[in-house]
Amino acid sequence: MSSLAAQNSAREAAPAAGAAPGTTQGPPPRRRVAFVPTLVLLLGAVYCLLPVAWVVMAATKSGKELFSTLTLLPGTGFADNLADLTAYRDGIYWQWMGNSALYAGLGALLSTAVSAVSGYALAVYRFRGRETVFNILLAGVLMPPVILAIPQYLLLAKADLTDSYASVLLPLVLSPYGVYLGRIYATAAVPADVVEAGRMDGAGEWRIFARIGLPMMVPGLVTIFLFQFVAIWNNFLLPYIMLSDDEKFPMTLGLFTLLAQGNSQPALYTLVITGSLLAIVPLIALFLVIQRFWSLDLLSGAVKS
Amino acid sequence: MQFTMRRRLVATSIAVALGATTLAACSSDSDGKDAADSGPVSLTYWAWAPGMDKVAAIWNKGPGKEAGIQVTVKKQASGDELVTKIITAAKAKKAPDLVQAEYQAIPTLVSNDVLADITDEVKGTKDKFAPGIWQQVTLGTDSAYALPQDSGPLMFYYREDLFKKYELTVPTTWDEFAETARKLKKEDSSKALTTFSANDSGQFAGLAQQAGAKWWTTEGQKWKVSIDDAATKKVADFWGGLVEEGAIDNQPMYTPAWNKALNTGKQIAWVSAVWAPGVLTTGAPDTAGKWAMAPLPQWSKGENATGSWGGSSTGITNDSQHKEAAAKFATWLNTDEEALAAMVKEGGIYPAATAAQTGGALSKAPDFFSNQPDFYTKAAEIAKTTAPSAWGPNVNVAYTTFKDAFGKAAKAKSKAQFESALTAMQDDTVTDMKKQGFEVAE
Repeated sequence: MSSLAAQNSAREAAPAAGAAPGTTQGPPPRRRVAFVPTLVLLLGAVYCLLPVAWVVMAATKSGKELFSTLTLLPGTGFADNLADLTAYRDGIYWQWMGNSALYAGLGALLSTAVSAVSGYALAVYRFRGRETVFNILLAGVLMPPVILAIPQYLLLAKADLTDSYASVLLPLVLSPYGVYLGRIYATAAVPADVVEAGRMDGAGEWRIFARIGLPMMVPGLVTIFLFQFVAIWNNFLLPYIMLSDDEKFPMTLGLFTLLAQGNSQPALYTLVITGSLLAIVPLIALFLVIQRFWSLDLLSGAVKS
Repeated sequence: MQFTMRRRLVATSIAVALGATTLAACSSDSDGKDAADSGPVSLTYWAWAPGMDKVAAIWNKGPGKEAGIQVTVKKQASGDELVTKIITAAKAKKAPDLVQAEYQAIPTLVSNDVLADITDEVKGTKDKFAPGIWQQVTLGTDSAYALPQDSGPLMFYYREDLFKKYELTVPTTWDEFAETARKLKKEDSSKALTTFSANDSGQFAGLAQQAGAKWWTTEGQKWKVSIDDAATKKVADFWGGLVEEGAIDNQPMYTPAWNKALNTGKQIAWVSAVWAPGVLTTGAPDTAGKWAMAPLPQWSKGENATGSWGGSSTGITNDSQHKEAAAKFATWLNTDEEALAAMVKEGGIYPAATAAQTGGALSKAPDFFSNQPDFYTKAAEIAKTTAPSAWGPNVNVAYTTFKDAFGKAAKAKSKAQFESALTAMQDDTVTDMKKQGFEVAE
């Protein structure tokens, strides 16, 4: 478990490596351990790992041990916590987990599809208004989704769609950032020559997209899918505004209701901590599984240049 | 060239389709809303207390079935965010029929046209509640905007064993309270009677309430804000003084460190509400059976008043198509013996209805207080003395400033800063109300 977490965090820490080369100066010494970059990386790893370690350790503590034993010592209550969590209101936690998977899986899939089609269209075709459409989308990238949640709620309320699965999925289908990435990636990965060659051979536009463009875009689409999946999995405000029925809640919202039950009720810390730990497991698993698709990047390339 | 034209068209329509996905959502027709009043009325109820669905199930099987009224509970997370969510839902005309609302949120919900005036629907329930509690759902008028559900009268909790050990007597006035704190410091400087914490504004509001403060009142069509009135000043000075001289601690509540301080006996008392046993059970598990509860110290001998910390009510929204049916359920929920007993059992709440404050699940002391068998009898006596409170339409703003300003003052251990923090609370609240367009009397 902790090794999985370690890998995940190591990836998050990776950007720190970018800063490291600048810190070593002068001609690069050969065969010498680069202490400064290693140190920076280690610090970054510790910084990212410590909270994860806290969650892992705290999840093993019973309610009695949680605040009274040493922070990073394992407790004895993990099995009990798990059982309590599963028993809580007839296993509604797993319902939330399933909902999160549905929102994130289906939402990311739909949004990747839209991003692929529109990114390809924006990259390959020249038409009037193309740049305008693209610039509007760029403005959308700069707009934090948080401020859109309430207008989206009011719109969906007019269509009587609030408090339904669709109310959370629909606003997520169009992701400006996804379309932006789609276009950038299509421009880089789908050479105009290949498209032209397809036309010469008599393929229709849809066929060129589906058989030639799309396979070339796969690594980029995987990235978009992952971005969207993680964003939706962690999303809070949109479902918070849209949903009132707690059987449709995603994980984030469900755990929040466990914390806030009015001040006459102690917060269910142990359940929330155990629940949060389980909630990151699917994300880590997804990263590990999907990671391999990124390497396809190297294989693509159909024209000499 | 025809092909290029067609290609362009396809491309354009794809790009346009992007925008349409979001628009499509609002163009679909909204028919089939609210079937006419045939068959049983179905109501939705947003609540956060645990086990509310089980209480509603009792209604749905029994009295609700007879009356043809079915209630569905949709569990929410409590807090200020819920108030925002309800207001947003009401703007879209999608608010549920019934909502659980904290007392201090009622004015906000009324001024946003969310809660309906249910004076006629709940006639005859007034005398089932302590006057100080009832006053919170009427906002000091002759109307009623909600029914009291649960309450949190303030009390004084202390470690019985350690009080004996240090030969301390249970304080009955705040002067004695200060003396007790000083005496304990002298006996053992590593201990503190309690702490002043700025991270839950409800406690301070309750203490001010006990001293007779009325933070928001109306004068004709205008609001009057008096958060920095004499009564509140007295409370702020008292606690500021104790913090400045070091007689009590200044660390916040509800932190792991605080839990530890209670669990190990570093802090030996806590001014809290009737629901404290639950918090102590999880926070200080090793001290079971060592605590006792007493009435809150008074400002002068012979007085008998307490404030409240927390508590909530059941309101009915203007969006509800079936206000009368909703009122029937709300009345049953908050006055019927069976309903109240179920709420106590399933939700662990302390009922606002006076008759339900003893007996039933409350006939036995909480496990944590097994050494004090008359816990709830005593609590019910105290609950009757709850002083009225006066909430306004922007309690959240006052509370936010409280947390910031008093938090800093406590950290600085400065009595003078406690005073200026109170002024800041008053000023911020008035400024915000004016900005929101309320008329405020100076």
